[in-house]
Amino acid sequence: MKLFRAFFRSIRDAFKSVVRNFSLSLASISCITITLIIIASAILISFNVKNFTTEIENDVTIVVFLDYDVVEEDRINFENEIKKLDNIDSYTFKSKSEVTQEMIDEYDTFGEILSSWEENENPLKDTYNIKVLDVNKIGETASLIKKIDRVSLVQYGEGLVEQLLQVFGAVQNITIIAAVSLILVTVFLIINTIKLTIFSRKREISIMRLVGASNSRIKFPFVIEGIILGIIGSIIPIVFTIWGYGSLYTHFGGQLFSPIIKLVKPMPFAMYTSAILLITGVIVGMIGSARAVRRYIKI
Amino acid sequence: MEMVRMKNVYKTYPNGVGAIYDLNLVIEKGEFVFIIGGSGSGKSTLIKMLYREEKPSRGEIILGGVTVNKLRNSKVYKLRRKIGVVFQDYKLLPKLTVYENVAFALEVTGADSKTIRKRVIDVLTKVGLRHKANTYPDKLSGGEQQRVAIARAIVNDPKILICDEPTGNLDATISMEIMKCLVDINKELGTTVLMVTHDIDIVKSMKKRVLLLKEGRLVKDYPEGKFKNETI
Ligand SMILES: Nc1ncnc2c1ncn2[C@@H]1O[C@H](COP(=O)(O)OP(=O)(O)OP(=O)(O)O)[C@@H](O)[C@H]1O
Ligand SMILES: [Mg+2]
Repeated sequence: MKLFRAFFRSIRDAFKSVVRNFSLSLASISCITITLIIIASAILISFNVKNFTTEIENDVTIVVFLDYDVVEEDRINFENEIKKLDNIDSYTFKSKSEVTQEMIDEYDTFGEILSSWEENENPLKDTYNIKVLDVNKIGETASLIKKIDRVSLVQYGEGLVEQLLQVFGAVQNITIIAAVSLILVTVFLIINTIKLTIFSRKREISIMRLVGASNSRIKFPFVIEGIILGIIGSIIPIVFTIWGYGSLYTHFGGQLFSPIIKLVKPMPFAMYTSAILLITGVIVGMIGSARAVRRYIKI
Repeated sequence: MEMVRMKNVYKTYPNGVGAIYDLNLVIEKGEFVFIIGGSGSGKSTLIKMLYREEKPSRGEIILGGVTVNKLRNSKVYKLRRKIGVVFQDYKLLPKLTVYENVAFALEVTGADSKTIRKRVIDVLTKVGLRHKANTYPDKLSGGEQQRVAIARAIVNDPKILICDEPTGNLDATISMEIMKCLVDINKELGTTVLMVTHDIDIVKSMKKRVLLLKEGRLVKDYPEGKFKNETI
């Protein structure tokens, strides 16, 4: 019963303190808000860049065209050869007629032209779509495939793919490094801001001790206060994430510059990010105040 | 019944400054005792050891049956609940109202809200500040703030009230009001009162027991009514 009372009184005291020490609270809250916005930006950017990379990696295929006049035997030979290569993930075969059918489905005008051809007149070739395991070695693999018998042409968007991946890799590394260092700096700032606000209440703490408050009874409201500051401090960053990222996504139509660079869908991504922000805010607020009071609570 | 016993108490601060030397003292329950002495004579140090703000370097201190010098840090709050303390600078919590300040001392003991309400209103009435219950301390005069501090000090019904120059910041008239308040508490509630002061006029007019400290030593102990004058 006494414990219950102490618990509720502590929570009440914490709210009182946040409101009545408004300017101090505001300092801590804005500090937390700024940090969390940085964290939010870092998460949004790095996950998107990661998404670009995986999307592109998934999209990248080596297209192999065999000679016009290949027979079943040549195809079996080709498949055996590529199975020997170690960077091959999977391959799919499309015969001439399938390719034709696809083109007819896609473009009406092609249809008229193509359907007029006889089977042996068909200028299209049997093709293989090959997925590789390591996109970074795609050039090497392509040239090996090129050497196989009866291969007419190998295509994989050479140059572009490698460059894009390099750029994204760099961007991702930079955001991670920037985010981690900024987060460290600002977490340090928050903890110090909270410490300062509590330092200014050192006298209050000593008075509480003087009139018979136990250490936990002094500490608990401060910890709750830290949590409240953390929650309030994460409101703007969460709005920034959910609403801001949502409208950014809609504005760009879900892609950046070109359809192959796809943005991460806002739901549930923005929700997870918000949860991370809220938890971070609460933990940082809590740790900041708990550590600060502990210094003044010793007798 | 003994309220306070100090036996061969010494206090040297960590920086090497000696503040109290071989002090022996007994204060009975219900007594009203002044502690006087020059600046730096060790008056504040003496009472700080009673409410365990400072630990004696040597010797034994017993207060209301508790061996204060053996009390562990984590249990000090229990001692504080048995002692009321009043200071020259009032030590009110600035962000709490008069009512909340007084109630705080009871809330920390885990008392229920009904008891707290009744007790707080009682003591505020006693010090004549019931009508200021919802005011913040910075809106009160010095004398009023000190009366709030006294109300807070007695709200727990402590066995002993320890005051360090409670009238130090107040003019003569207001000081006499505060003295009247303390004497009332001593008489009506039977609370032992220990008061450090510089103000010889107050001491002369009250005719109570007087302890004189000089350079950390208890040099005189005037029984009730025997104090005439001292230059400190
Ligand atoms: N925290 C401390 N650390 C070191 N020395 C201290 C400390 N507090 C007091 N002293 C020293 O102990 C001696 C006694 O100090 P104390 O405060 O007890 O005197 P006092 O009689 O209360 O003086 P005043 O009338 O000025 O309040 C002084 O020499 C003082 O400088
Ligand atoms: Mg003093």
